[in-house]
This record gives sequence, C-alpha cells and structure tokens, in this order.
Amino acid sequence: MEKAPWERSSAVRVVPPVQPRKLAKVPFVELADGRLRGVVSSGSDMARVYVSSFEAGSHDFGCSTNNNRPCGGLSGYPCKHLHALADEAVKQYGLDRVARYLRVEVGEDGDLVGAMGGSRAKAPAAAVFSRFLRHLSYLEVPGTAEPLPEMDWFPAFGAVR
Amino acid sequence: MLAVQLGELLDGAPEGVGAALDVIAGFDEALARGLGRLGEDGSLQALAGALAGSPLGPVAAEAAEKIAIGGLGDERLTAMAAGRSAVFGAVHDALLARLDGALGRERIAWEDGPAGEPAAANLLSGCRSWLGELAIAGWRGVDHDLVSASDPVVEALLAEPRLRRLAVLLDGFAAELRASSPVATMERLPVRRWADLWARALLLARGAGSTVPAGTVSGRLLILGAEVHEHATAVQVRVHGILEGGDGPRLVRAGVAAAKVDTITGPAVWNLLGDHPALLAALAEHRGLDVQDMPVAGGGDLVWDDGRANAGEPADPFATARVRLAEASAPAVPPLERHPVRIAEPVLLEGYTVKDGKLELDGHSIELDLDRLPPSGPLTPQLVAASTSCIGLVRWDDRWRVQPLAVQATVRKKPVEAHNGDWAQGPTDPKVVKAEARSGDVVAVLRERAGRLLRK
Repeated sequence: MEKAPWERSSAVRVVPPVQPRKLAKVPFVELADGRLRGVVSSGSDMARVYVSSFEAGSHDFGCSTNNNRPCGGLSGYPCKHLHALADEAVKQYGLDRVARYLRVEVGEDGDLVGAMGGSRAKAPAAAVFSRFLRHLSYLEVPGTAEPLPEMDWFPAFGAVR
Repeated sequence: MLAVQLGELLDGAPEGVGAALDVIAGFDEALARGLGRLGEDGSLQALAGALAGSPLGPVAAEAAEKIAIGGLGDERLTAMAAGRSAVFGAVHDALLARLDGALGRERIAWEDGPAGEPAAANLLSGCRSWLGELAIAGWRGVDHDLVSASDPVVEALLAEPRLRRLAVLLDGFAAELRASSPVATMERLPVRRWADLWARALLLARGAGSTVPAGTVSGRLLILGAEVHEHATAVQVRVHGILEGGDGPRLVRAGVAAAKVDTITGPAVWNLLGDHPALLAALAEHRGLDVQDMPVAGGGDLVWDDGRANAGEPADPFATARVRLAEASAPAVPPLERHPVRIAEPVLLEGYTVKDGKLELDGHSIELDLDRLPPSGPLTPQLVAASTSCIGLVRWDDRWRVQPLAVQATVRKKPVEAHNGDWAQGPTDPKVVKAEARSGDVVAVLRERAGRLLRK
C-alpha cells in the first residue's frame, strides 16, 4: 500500500500554528475537551479572572469567576467575557479552526458568537483554571543548555509571510 | 557541497533501507490500531525477525509473541520500542555513511563515556505506564481523557532538571495528541512520527540517554548558522559551528533552550534566551566566540555556559564555510540518538539555481526544506528562491533535503544576506518590529498574571 509522504515523515507539522496576539485581556485560550475555553482578566479587579467557555455542538456557554461565582454579566446571552474569549480565539487560531471545532456555520459577516444559539449552562471552571495555572507555570521553568536532541522532531515551522 | 557530491548522495537509497523502512511501517500501523487489538497482524513478529541476528533478537521475538496474546507488560513494550529504534539506527547509519562518503567528511568514532545516574525511578515508571496505555489503545483510541492522564506526569518531569529531555519530548507529544483528540475522527495519522516519539520516550523513560559531559574544550568557535526548534511549550536554538584549537577544526553544536507557552512565538522567542548574551551577540553580530573550558557531551554538543564564552572578532559564516568546512571533522553520534531525524550536517552550496522549491546544481537537484525557515528569523521562501549561495543542513526525512540556515541572494539587483540568527538581539526588519509591537510584550503580560495568580 502506497503511503502519502506525510505519513512516512518524522518531522511534520501536526498542530496548526497559532498567531501572536495581545494577551492582556484574555491571557489563555484553548480548544480542548470539546470546548472553546479560556481565562479572561477582570476589567476592574487585577486579582480576579473569569473562566469562560463554549461547548462544541450544543454551543451552550458558561462564565464564572475562578472561585466559581457566576458572572454577573451573564444572562440568556453570552457576556462580554465570552465575546472577548471568542474574539481572541479567532485571532489565535483563525476563524475556520474555531468554527470547525465548535461545529458552527458562520455567516459571511464572520460573527462567530452571533452564529451560535446555545443557552447558559453550568461549565466546569476549576479544570480550566488549573490548566491556566499550569500554562503560567511554564514561565517559571528554568532554561537549559543541556542538548535536547529530541527537538529535532519539532522544527520551528515557518509562518506564512 | 559540489555537484558531484550531490550526485553521489542522491544515487539511489543505500542497500537495505527500503526493506528496513517497510518493517518499521508495519509496526507503526499496528501501533496506530493499538497493540491491545493485534488479531492476526504479524508485524511485531516481522520486526523481531529483522533483529534476529542481533543481541536484541531473542528479546524482541519473545516480546512480539507475548504481546500478540495480550501480554502487554512494560518490559515487552520497551523491547519492541528498542527493536524499532535499533532498525531505525541501522537506517541512520547507512544514510549517514552515504552522506559522509559523499562529503568526504571524517567522523570521530563513538567512545562510551560514564553514564549519568538514573533519576527519579517513580517518575520514569509513571511515564512508562502512560506510554503503555497509549500503545494498548493505539492512536485511533486516543481521546481527551487518555491525553489528560499525561498532565501530572509531565508536570512532575518538568520539575526534575535531569529529566528535561523526556519532559520536553512528552509534553510536545501530548500536546499533539490533545490537539488531535479524539484521534478516531482524523482522516490520516502521522504514523511514523508518533511511533518515533513513543519509542524514544519509552527508551528515555528507561533511564537511557542520561550521560555526563565527556570533558571540556577551549578554542575559537566560528559560527556557521543556527536552527530553531519549537513546540507549544519549548524552544531550542541550536548553533552549528566549527571549533578551532586542539585536534584541528571540528564541527560542534550547542543548544540553548527555554520553556514557553504557545502564544509566545516568532521573534519573541529570543527574549526567552537572555541568559546567553554572548551567544546571542555572536549570532546577531556575526562574531566568533572564544570559549574556555566549555563542557562538551559525547556527541560533540557543547553544554553551553555563557560565562565561559566571549563574543570575539567579526567572523563571516560564509567565509567560515568556504575556508574551514571541508576540512572539519564531525563528532560521533551517541548510540541512542541514531535516528535519521538527527542527521543535520552543515554544508555550503554555491552557484545553484532554485526552481519549484528545488535546488539545482549542474544537473543534480535536491529539495529545499522551506517549511523549516523559522518565523523567528529573516529567511523567507522568496529569499531562498532568489539565492545563489546557502549554508544549510543536509537532512533526511523519507528523502534527502537541504534546510537553509543562511543565504546570499540578489534582490532588485542588490546583494542581500540573511541568517536564521540575525534577530537574536531583536528583529532588524522594521515591518517585523511593528508587528511585534502590536501584540505587546507577551512574556511580561504572562509574568504579571503568573505573579498574581500562581500559588506560591
């Protein structure tokens, strides 16, 4: 059976590249466990963050503080944190990838949130917040000058310029 | 690299490589389906058969037989991983011998050095059990829960500096599986790649690969170029150069690495490597480095200690490549690292033309690896296409390719030169500087968030 070269290659790109973006408002975004989920910094309290998510398929959404208090801005419609999450996810991953993951048919206006008709639902915040803390903890891992030969499998792939 | 050398390199695959790769491909397919559901599949036995004449033969044969009837113990999986790695090791040796032969490059023989102490047995066994679950499930059985089970393992590994190699490998691997989950819905799978990562991780989780520096070196390090490796949570810059002094000019490599997150990418990665100012200055300013008592690992990799290096006189990498590269000897390859992915031999190519992504030189043509132009440097496919001289790495990934590290080109009738390391002290292209400014200082923002939210 003839195989495509991609399947017979060792150093191929599997994860599509992410685009750089400003991180101040939404420091963390991921597409994981069937959700677009992330952490949004509070506009008023530097020490507070919101955990927001949209579920793929149902498009149900949720938003609460990291201490599991429901977001005051959340009603039958996504709050500003959820809008910010969606906007930044589109910047980071591109509209196509986010829409495909959430299984949303986005119209020509490119409005991702507007194209979703889910309702408010309880979403797990603790797991997302702990993923975020883990994410941040990478910045505290010291560098190394030991050779890392396994990085030969992970070349920095060129961005399209 | 002359046309005749290129011709010799590309003159058919070395004997046995095709057959060895077929055996590996069979095993890789079995791993994709899952070793817990082999059925009538005989590919493990075929792999063991290929090893029959080697010391691993009996061990692999027994493991293949036991796994086929559901005996999926840690030892047996490791035996299969070792068997696959040994076959790929032979492929590596044949390919590298062909390349060395074509280049007339002399390679130093490997000498066993003292092995490092195996670290943290409980962490390693945690890794092996996750890798075992993966093998049983097969790639097609990987879902979010199975990937998430690696989180505590990776977290613990990252806290142990002696296991950084394994931590970085496993983290990059798990991130790919996470992004691909549930894998059953994927149309096609990177079967060779994931089997590579799985097998190497399993060997590292046996304590293989822990070595102590073999000695120290001193002399003048002339840089040829830099390559950049990156996954979501790690970046490594590997510098290739020629060390003068002692036993004549020899090729050396030095890697410096930092942990990061996926949103730190492009030229911003250099900001994470600020602990190595002399190295970054030498890259950005095209200078040589005077190194004193720099630790060196068995495979010729310097274990970079920036305090033992000083950026010295200007040294043009193209001049180094023209004058010194042909006579430089190459270091031995550590046994565990013998895999074709490691082949990255510096060469100089001149007087060629570029057509459809291929470099053509007097009737011979080799593919350019344009995917490997890092977003943290100034090389672009357009610049490479316009180039006539190139310092590159010859690599093999199912076929030979050249990965450019630096080019000399003519753009709008003017000579232009670009090197992967040119932006080591920050981008020099105003357009890129502006784009960087738009996303702000991402490292600083995340550090602020970490300072406020991380439990101390």
